Amino acid sequence: MDIIADVLERNGLLFAFVVVGALMLVSGWLSKTLTRGRLQGSAIAIMLGLVLAYLGGIQTGGEDGLADIAIFSGLGLMGGAMLRDFAIVATAYGVDLQEIKKAGAAGVLALMAGIVVSFIVGAAVAAAFGYTDPESMATIGAGAATYIVGPVTGTAIGASSEVIALSVAAGLIKAVVVMVCTPLIAPFIGLNNPKSAMAYGGLMGTTSGVAGGLAATDKRLVPYGAMTATFYTGLGCLLGPSVFYFALVGLFG
Amino acid sequence: MVLYGVAALALCMLIGMLIGDGLGVLVGVDANVGGVGFAMILLVVATDRLRRRGLFPKPTEQGVLFWSALYIPIVIAMASTQNVAEAIGGGPMAAIAGLGALAAGAALVPVIARIGGQSQPLPPMTEAEKQEA
Repeated sequence: MDIIADVLERNGLLFAFVVVGALMLVSGWLSKTLTRGRLQGSAIAIMLGLVLAYLGGIQTGGEDGLADIAIFSGLGLMGGAMLRDFAIVATAYGVDLQEIKKAGAAGVLALMAGIVVSFIVGAAVAAAFGYTDPESMATIGAGAATYIVGPVTGTAIGASSEVIALSVAAGLIKAVVVMVCTPLIAPFIGLNNPKSAMAYGGLMGTTSGVAGGLAATDKRLVPYGAMTATFYTGLGCLLGPSVFYFALVGLFG
Repeated sequence: MVLYGVAALALCMLIGMLIGDGLGVLVGVDANVGGVGFAMILLVVATDRLRRRGLFPKPTEQGVLFWSALYIPIVIAMASTQNVAEAIGGGPMAAIAGLGALAAGAALVPVIARIGGQSQPLPPMTEAEKQEA
């Protein structure tokens, strides 16, 4: 047994390919037999991945889901930021330049609207739960944007670590729910063309959520949504500790 | 040569990341400002030009398409390494803030997508495309 575990740990990335391959095979079969193909195999595989991440998380108490268990550590490499971004950039190969130009203005507007709306919703929820100081409202509002913008904003303006942790949790919830819900809400919000995908990416922001959600909806939409989503975090980190925080200080400080 | 495609892709990504980090320093935030987005635009423009001049032959193209096809497996690996336990353990406030932001954003999609005229839905996926997914 020790030898097997040792080999799997030393070749973590290879084992991750096998694990994900098996997960996709099972999901494809579930998609065909249980949903008659209505729910895509990739959507089921992403949900299974999230469930495994939960189990890994409560098993080890770590932050990286299943990758915290030593033999599955290769999943952290395979699903880490470098390879993920590399593959996302690759999806842009062959996208239609005309579509991007057509959706350009809507994409920029979606970005601004998405960040402002997330900030406002997050700050309002924070206030409703009794976090009425501008630092806490700004940090939780930023967390509702993404789980990266939350801690960046909180650290910059000196929010308490409890509030920063809550902002991370809010962003994680958003990412997870976007992954699971995108294929379900897609028909109702017209998410079936490059233009609405660019609007969706800009409004949601969470790159991991949008990437997973669109992959599970229609993979041809991925590059368009991912392109706007990747600008969101940077813009959020810029606006959170500055414009948004000072607006809250002016209103409630 | 397959590697030419992979190398072109990697070069686009590195340049995009440099632009994103540079912008971050310029505006004074400790984050990469849209590096991946710039990389994607760069790849689209660069490969479009090379392809038109016939400088992007099939084997080279395969080097890019391979990574694009690995995208869904990588996303599944990413899903399995999310901090789901903490997300669920964050309590009702975190959940309401995250869900509220999602609901408000999703409601705006049809509004913003309407700007500059409606778009046609993509044609249904062909069997070959479904196989790839």
